[in-house]
Amino acid sequence: MNVDRVLEGYVVKLGDNVSTDDIIAGRYLHITDPEELASHLFENRPEIRERLLKAKKPVILVAGRGFGYGSSREHAPIALKTYGVKAVLAESFHRIFYRNSVNNGLLVIEVKGMADLVDDGDKIRVDLRAGIVETPRGTIRIGKIPDYVINLILSGGLKEKLRSIASQKSHT
Amino acid sequence: MADESLAVEIMSSHVTNGTKDVGPGDIVVVKPDILLMNDVTALLAIRVLEETGAEDIIDCKRNNTIIVLDHYSPPPTARIASSYRRLRAFARKHGCLFKDVGEGIMHQIAVEELVEPGQLALGADSHTITYGALTVFSTGIGSTEAAYILATGELWLKVPHTINVELKGTLEWPLTGKDVVLYILGQTGGDGAVYASVEFMGDGLKSIQVSDRLTISNMMVEGGAKTALFPVDDILLDWLMRERGIDPRPAWKRLSPRKAEPDLYVDLGRLEPMIALPAAPYNVAPVREVEGVEVDQVFIGSCTNARYEDLAEAARILKGKKVKDGVRLIVTPASRRIYHKAIETGIMEVLHSAGAVITPPGCGACFGSHMGVVGDDEVMVSTSNRNFPGRMGSPKAKIYLASPQTAAATAITGRITDPRDI
Ligand code: SF4
Repeated sequence: MNVDRVLEGYVVKLGDNVSTDDIIAGRYLHITDPEELASHLFENRPEIRERLLKAKKPVILVAGRGFGYGSSREHAPIALKTYGVKAVLAESFHRIFYRNSVNNGLLVIEVKGMADLVDDGDKIRVDLRAGIVETPRGTIRIGKIPDYVINLILSGGLKEKLRSIASQKSHT
Repeated sequence: MADESLAVEIMSSHVTNGTKDVGPGDIVVVKPDILLMNDVTALLAIRVLEETGAEDIIDCKRNNTIIVLDHYSPPPTARIASSYRRLRAFARKHGCLFKDVGEGIMHQIAVEELVEPGQLALGADSHTITYGALTVFSTGIGSTEAAYILATGELWLKVPHTINVELKGTLEWPLTGKDVVLYILGQTGGDGAVYASVEFMGDGLKSIQVSDRLTISNMMVEGGAKTALFPVDDILLDWLMRERGIDPRPAWKRLSPRKAEPDLYVDLGRLEPMIALPAAPYNVAPVREVEGVEVDQVFIGSCTNARYEDLAEAARILKGKKVKDGVRLIVTPASRRIYHKAIETGIMEVLHSAGAVITPPGCGACFGSHMGVVGDDEVMVSTSNRNFPGRMGSPKAKIYLASPQTAAATAITGRITDPRDI
């Protein structure tokens, strides 16, 4: 399961420090079924939930600083991805959310100054090879992603690595 | 090298892929001494192991793995009780350390029984950062990463840059580690410490006991920190001897207090009781500025502030007094050990007589699933660490975060109260 190097989606715009509690509430964390998790996205933030449910898919979230604030719940990127969110572009990310996203093949990219260029519903295009995001109001460069991380993203994250380790070990 | 950060010092002794000469920004592969999972994150890790076919190759002994049932404990629904059965069976089958319902919060158990200075601990819970108070490089990871460690013994980490926090002056009653860390969060905001190792230094360390250090390290993740390290000093050595019976180790010399150019100062002598306003932990103000706000409930609990010292301080304020009519006070000790000690010393009796509802140990209302969540438009003062909308019940409730002293004073008056006024 490789991640696409070029992808398109429709913008839903969010503010700073969107927390993983916002994305998926604690009362649902005994659930491991991705579809069921995805049905509860942003319940603690009704105004965001409403816009997300209205948005055309695939969705690309464009956020401010500190996206993925707080809890380590991997349920958050799993729910987003399952719902149809292809990527999150933010000024900055909290580290556990970032890692969890990479490991589940949800594209997360630091992009500065993006919020001014887009509105809800805009169609944008992320090109990892060229290192750019194309928006209706101009093109913007994305931040440098370390080689180790980009390789991990492109190969589908730690989960895929684990799958191949498991199949190798069981064959030896 | 003496001028290296505590984080670099500890990480370099845990690197498995070649070079030990590591510096900030490097990506290294490390072997953690301890791997921790809770009821929520372990369930997902088991799913990942099943999906990837890796369950057959895991090893709970290699990294000293523990699973603790704390978030939903004791289970409020049949569905959760059934997942608890799965977790018990998994732990038994693979020989993981295991703590069942009522033993307490994973982080408190780790501090009481597991971690030691100089170790590297990775836990599938963001507040794993707490053990930095014991000079443990500890940080939160996800469930897939926990599964990966179970299968391979290793994980990649980026070596963090450092934010040095110098503590000056003396911390005096009724000020606590909570007031210190809320003050710092007011400076960093929600993302000012992202990816950083926050390291504490300065004369002020001498007046900050281990229980306060645990509160401070715990909440630094609210500023985005990767780890939050106190050095090994006499206060920690005394505590390790007294509480854990652990003798000093020569290797800990390298983790002694160090001097470095501070990025942030806290003048402990000029600090006052602090409080985080709805709805973010970094949205802080002095308690004085919001005095008088009426509350429906007070919660003393969580991995931030439900240690014995916290309950004792609350009891000191509540002794011979009553919780205000119409206000609920919920007390959830962080561990069975704390609960027991508080019974033995009479602390529980004081709290109970004052009108507190005392719940079994665990995350309780902090996690927002049971045992004291709040309803629409209710106002709560909590000693926990997060006050996002819906974190502890209704998204329409308002949650303030403060020290046990401020919480106890507020329970008596029914309005947000500076503990210096009681
Ligand atoms: S007490 Fe609260 S913050 Fe601490 S581990 Fe439990 S849910 Fe998380």
